[in-house]
Amino acid sequence: MPVLLFTAIVALGAFAAGFLGSLTGLGGGVVIIPLLTVGFGVDIRYAIGASLVSVIATSSGAAAAYVREGFSNIRIGMFLEIATTLGALLGAFLALRLPTAAISLIFGLVLIHSAWVSSRPREDGAAVSRPDPLATRLRMNGSYPTKDGTKHYNVASVPSGFGLMFVAGTLSGLLGIGSGAVKVLAMDQAMRLPFKVSTATSNFMIGVTAAASAGIYLRQGYIDPGLAMPVMLGVLAGSTLGARRLYAADTSTLRKVFGAVIFVLALEMIYTGLRGLL
Amino acid sequence: MARKLMDQEIEVTIGQLLRAGVLSSAAVVAAGGVLYLARHGLAAAEYSVFTRQPPELSGAAGIFRCAFALHGRGLIQLGLLMLIATPIARVVFSVFGFLKERDWLYVAVTLVVLAILLYSLING
Repeated sequence: MPVLLFTAIVALGAFAAGFLGSLTGLGGGVVIIPLLTVGFGVDIRYAIGASLVSVIATSSGAAAAYVREGFSNIRIGMFLEIATTLGALLGAFLALRLPTAAISLIFGLVLIHSAWVSSRPREDGAAVSRPDPLATRLRMNGSYPTKDGTKHYNVASVPSGFGLMFVAGTLSGLLGIGSGAVKVLAMDQAMRLPFKVSTATSNFMIGVTAAASAGIYLRQGYIDPGLAMPVMLGVLAGSTLGARRLYAADTSTLRKVFGAVIFVLALEMIYTGLRGLL
Repeated sequence: MARKLMDQEIEVTIGQLLRAGVLSSAAVVAAGGVLYLARHGLAAAEYSVFTRQPPELSGAAGIFRCAFALHGRGLIQLGLLMLIATPIARVVFSVFGFLKERDWLYVAVTLVVLAILLYSLING
């Protein structure tokens, strides 16, 4: 296939991945990598490098909007970034050494988990009455705007949130994704943050985490400019449009259909991985 | 509450800087893309076999040289380098934000994050 045609098709696919990724909350990276590997036969190492830069672009581009709404908690974000950036270093270290079949297998499993997490409704659990003393010492408890005025929240289980964030960072560095689903686990389930706060804070962290591993990928020659160009521009345009449509559209049917597609892609990647390993 | 407001003010500025960083790097990537496609658009695309990029497209010095010689792929890599620098710049600005608030604990936390990022860029 000539470069011109390939670039056009990848740009369109990346646009769709960014759009659907942002509408469904899965993120662009989780969608673009199976599209490139399963759909276009691209080596997964090229796909991961290209996806990683698109993850930085979407996260940083959306930061201004999230900040204006006043949901993000910069102290929680910065503290947990110690865990995610260290994890990202480990992830990139593993990515340079693991066989691609193993990476494909892990990706497939993470994809199924992500689709499952994003298909469930997110609700705030009961408020935490007594915060983790560590959270108080780290001044993490905060407040955010709601319809009924400013609402205060306390933060629970800082150590387990920190540990899960290390896992999220490792997966991000290994697979070239934002690992939104594991961050939800850490911040919603363990630390019990209101989900609007955790969504905004997670977006804040994704760009910094991805930058830690993207630098390594670039230096190691894993980022191919001819592929990264249409992927980055396409995902950025698609996710910007998707974020605008998010509040207008009823996404429940879309989530189901899309969840089924993701599931099939995940099985394909697990199959590829197992075939390569056995 | 005063602290929260200050946080917000700093954060809004940082958010705008981030967007400017993303847009300018996207513009450089797009410009490089046009040059790349004009020169190599009819070649065959080959991504099923993995080969590492040569040093002039993976190290900072080589990327700058290629970009200033107006090589399409060099320009794309320069745009991507700017993109990777954008969240790192954000962390640097956060250090100043916390310094301004005299929040020494978080100055230290932010410096640790910055050190990890710089380590990954230099030694990764």
